[in-house]
Parts: sequence; structure tokens; C-alpha cells
Amino acid sequence: MAQKWEATPFKGDMARARGLGSTHAGVHHWMHQKLTALANIPLVLWAVWSVMSLAAVGADYASVQGFFAQPTHAILMLLFLASVFYHMALGLQVVIEDYVHCEKTKPFFLMGMKLGCAALFVAAAYSVLKLSMAVVVVPAIVVAQP
Amino acid sequence: MPTPQTPRSASQRPLSPHLQIWKWSMNMALSIFHRASGIALSVGTLMLVWMLVAAAGGSESYQGFHGFAVSWFGQLCLFGWTGALFFHMCSGVRHLIMDTGRMITIPAAEKAGMVIFIVSIALTIGTWGCLKFFY
Repeated sequence: MAQKWEATPFKGDMARARGLGSTHAGVHHWMHQKLTALANIPLVLWAVWSVMSLAAVGADYASVQGFFAQPTHAILMLLFLASVFYHMALGLQVVIEDYVHCEKTKPFFLMGMKLGCAALFVAAAYSVLKLSMAVVVVPAIVVAQP
Repeated sequence: MPTPQTPRSASQRPLSPHLQIWKWSMNMALSIFHRASGIALSVGTLMLVWMLVAAAGGSESYQGFHGFAVSWFGQLCLFGWTGALFFHMCSGVRHLIMDTGRMITIPAAEKAGMVIFIVSIALTIGTWGCLKFFY
């Protein structure tokens, strides 16, 4: 896409380049992507087995409740969600930066993607907390009066 | 008298040949599949969020997810999700190794690629074998 400054022949090379280069945020992004990648390895291996043994085999609702009632499971799932959604936002940011060339709409794609990731994370984390702290109501056994 | 130099607009710049021009190589396949599996996994998180939100909503709302998860299409999505996950993980480990300056030659990429494809397919099939065997 042609930039506004490209139409003006009065600017020197330095003036054209200024403000378009690195914002010195690359190392931060790279480091966080690598850190979450490392954290993802054990968390994902645990989560994929846990989720699949509930979802893929069609476990009933009671076993899903029972699974998240364990504090270890809820904590690991929250750690998994945090690491995975942050890693996902960092990865999708690079994809958008690579393929969206319109400088006007790019920030909106980036912001929308990040807000979407945050919304999905909060929805998932809230659900895990609700499941883990829910008081399971056992139906009262009706005893016939003598 | 020097004339003011007019900058070349973005459309006039030479472009590097795009994807379909190149003969497929292992480097290229790994790079493209890493990104594609990452995007697929991002879409796949919607199913995970659906499962958790439906479960938090109670027994009746969980039935909706349960019905989808055990349907053939749901099973296909879950199978694809695990496949993309194991590939992305194995390929990601290669990236972590390459960040230390190792395995950055083409022969190393050829070997690593074969290992990544074989291990990720084996993990996917192994996971589903175990799921169907133990449950």
C-alpha cells in the first residue's frame, strides 16, 4: 500500500525511514513466546489427555464435575489456559502482521484479536473456577415415614 | 541541475516469487505446517471454551456439547485438534533448539522434519488408541 509520504519528493531517506522501524519490542515478544512455549509442553501434555478423556470418550456430566472438583486439576487447567491463550495471542499477532498489509485496518485486527483472546481466556477460566468451587447438590433421598 | 529523486511506490518494488513458484522442500513444509497448525489450534480453542462454559452452565447445557463431541464431526474435530497440537509441539521444540544456534542447516532440517512428522503422527494415533482402549 502506498504511503502518504511516498508522494512527497521533499523528504530524505532518513525522514522516510524514521518511525517505521523497530519499536524495540521484538525481544520482549520473542522471549514471551519462547517462555510460554516451554511452559506449554508439560501443561499441554497433561491437558490433552485430561480433556480428551472427558470430551472425546463422551464422559457424563458427573465425571466432568468430579474432574474439576479436584484443586490440582483446576489449578493445572488455569495455568494451561493462561499459557496457551497468551502464546496464541503472540502467534496470531505475527500472522496478522505478516498478512494484513493495510496500515489503516491492521491495528483494528490486532486489537480485535487480542480482545478476543482475552475474552475467551476469561470465559474459560471463569468456567473452571465455577466448576471447581461449585457446591454439588446431591438430591435428598426421600425416606418413607413409618 | 539535480532533479528531486521520486521514491518508488510500494507497487513498483520487485516482489519475491510466491509459494506456488517454489519446489516444496522440508524447510518450507515445516514452516507452513507450523503456522497452519497454530491457526488451526487457535480455532480449536473455541471447542475447548465451549466445553468449559457448557460444563459450568450445568448438566443440561453440557448435553449440547456432549452431543457434538461424540458425533462423527465432533470426533473428527477432536482428532484434527490433537494432530495439529502434537505437530505444533514437536515443530515448536525444533524452533526452541534452533534458537540456541543448533540444527540450522538444511540436512538437519530434512532429518528433523522426518522425525517431527513421524513422532507427531505416532503421538496422535497413540493417544486415540489409548483413549479407545482405556475408556
